[in-house]
Amino acid sequence: MDSEAREQILQLLEKDAKLGINDIAAMLDLDIEDVRSEIEQMEKDHIICGYHAFINWDKTEDEKISALIELKVNPQRGKGFDRIAEKIYQFPEVESLYLMSGGYDFTVILRKATMKEIASFVSSKLAVIDEVQSTATHIVLARYKDHGLSLVTPKKDARMVIVP
Amino acid sequence: MRNPICEKIKKIKPSGIRRLFDIANEIPDVLSLGVGEPDFDTPWHIREEGIYALQKGRTFYTSNSGLAELREEICSYIKRKYGLNYDPQTEVVVTVGGSEAIDAALRTIINPGDEVVYPEPCFVSYLPCILLADGVPVPIELNADTEFRLTGAQLEAAITEKTKALLLSYPNNPTGAIMERKDLEDIAKIAIKHDLIVITDEIYSELSYNGPHVSIASMPGMQERTILINGFSKAYAMTGWRLGYALAPAGIMEYMLKIHQFAIMSAPTVSQYAAIAALRNGDNDVRMMVESYNMRRRYLMEAFREMKLPCFEPFGAFYVFPDISEFGMTSEEFSTALLKAENVAVVPGSAFGECGDKYVRISYAYSIDTLKEAMGRMSRFINKMRA
Repeated sequence: MDSEAREQILQLLEKDAKLGINDIAAMLDLDIEDVRSEIEQMEKDHIICGYHAFINWDKTEDEKISALIELKVNPQRGKGFDRIAEKIYQFPEVESLYLMSGGYDFTVILRKATMKEIASFVSSKLAVIDEVQSTATHIVLARYKDHGLSLVTPKKDARMVIVP
Repeated sequence: MRNPICEKIKKIKPSGIRRLFDIANEIPDVLSLGVGEPDFDTPWHIREEGIYALQKGRTFYTSNSGLAELREEICSYIKRKYGLNYDPQTEVVVTVGGSEAIDAALRTIINPGDEVVYPEPCFVSYLPCILLADGVPVPIELNADTEFRLTGAQLEAAITEKTKALLLSYPNNPTGAIMERKDLEDIAKIAIKHDLIVITDEIYSELSYNGPHVSIASMPGMQERTILINGFSKAYAMTGWRLGYALAPAGIMEYMLKIHQFAIMSAPTVSQYAAIAALRNGDNDVRMMVESYNMRRRYLMEAFREMKLPCFEPFGAFYVFPDISEFGMTSEEFSTALLKAENVAVVPGSAFGECGDKYVRISYAYSIDTLKEAMGRMSRFINKMRA
């Protein structure tokens, strides 16, 4: 399968992981078996790392909040940032971790938690790592868009029912 | 009181989709596949340009033919697409949608009694606009055997001494048919031989799925006898902005502008500013939408194959036009039954000309989820009918 077709499969799945293999094959004009084996291969190669539901927690009873932490660190000789990253991402509280260019080194996004849990995680787990120089914790107040999708209730189709 | 209505308009039949529209409108959660406009919002950067124009108070008339900047962008777009040169000063008019351009083009060239040949099924406005221009409509009935392409032989057979013009529209609404270079070459030769003026409505040109669209205006000897119509509605999802344009040799455009000038003045100013942004920075948006339409098109074709519903493969616009003649119903009966049984609205082919009566028009300007649900219902309906 050419790389363009692979890319298209990934783009479709990224938007809607529930899309069936038959549908993907029809939409891209590919053979069903080819699509199946290609997806299996990409799962094995860890190109497709998992399938998630995209949830708007704000619409549930859930009261927990999300935090984004800017982290400055002193990288270790010879080991660079990877060793520090490893120390951080192993915490189950960490949902995402990125190495950044610019004014600070890591962006840490925490799994939704209570204010108390976040405070305790930052002070007793993150700030105490030897290489961590400083932290700046930001709380998310509202989410409008994630994963390329708007979290605002989709508007109704405003078109007339039949238009020539 | 005397009858206020003139004879000409009395003779024009109301739109064939009216009845179905009225029924569909009564049903609360109707799943519609009946819409002839994109489901996408106008890309945000284009809308923003419109908002900015309002903010800046650009709320005055423009020159009759449209903003000079927009006319220049239109000409460079046409040059880029088809290699055709048009003078932005004298050979372009910005219109209120492609629809106004069709009406003005016909009124510019038709003398009472002149025949206008045009392939059917076709967009609903052609016949009434020809009548309103005092022309004589001469439909050429096409069918799925030729993939709804107009052949030279069909055209030749329809031409008489009174034929003045050919009205073409590819990619086609309602069939989704396209005409490729070789098809157009045949038509161009005949148009030249019989000295016909060609009005070509290419509003769906960007929505071509089998290589880039070819304009008949780019055939040798054709530009001088062609009125080329296009617009922003379909390519940039801008239907409500009401903006189209026509290109024609200065000798025709001079007169077409008279009609536009006195009937319309100028196209909406805010829309014109937004359209400049569309032409300058909209290529990626078009590509993204075309890719999405193409996936849906293939999805529907596969769904029909599974239903064993005959349908030629259309390569343009956002319509498929399956053949429903096996059910022994008119297209309106079929559409009404489908609507009542499964709450799915499609448009009867007869709305686009009598020869469309074996077919229904299904639009894929809908999300895959909607199409999936609709195909499930349609398949259930068809199976019941066949049982």
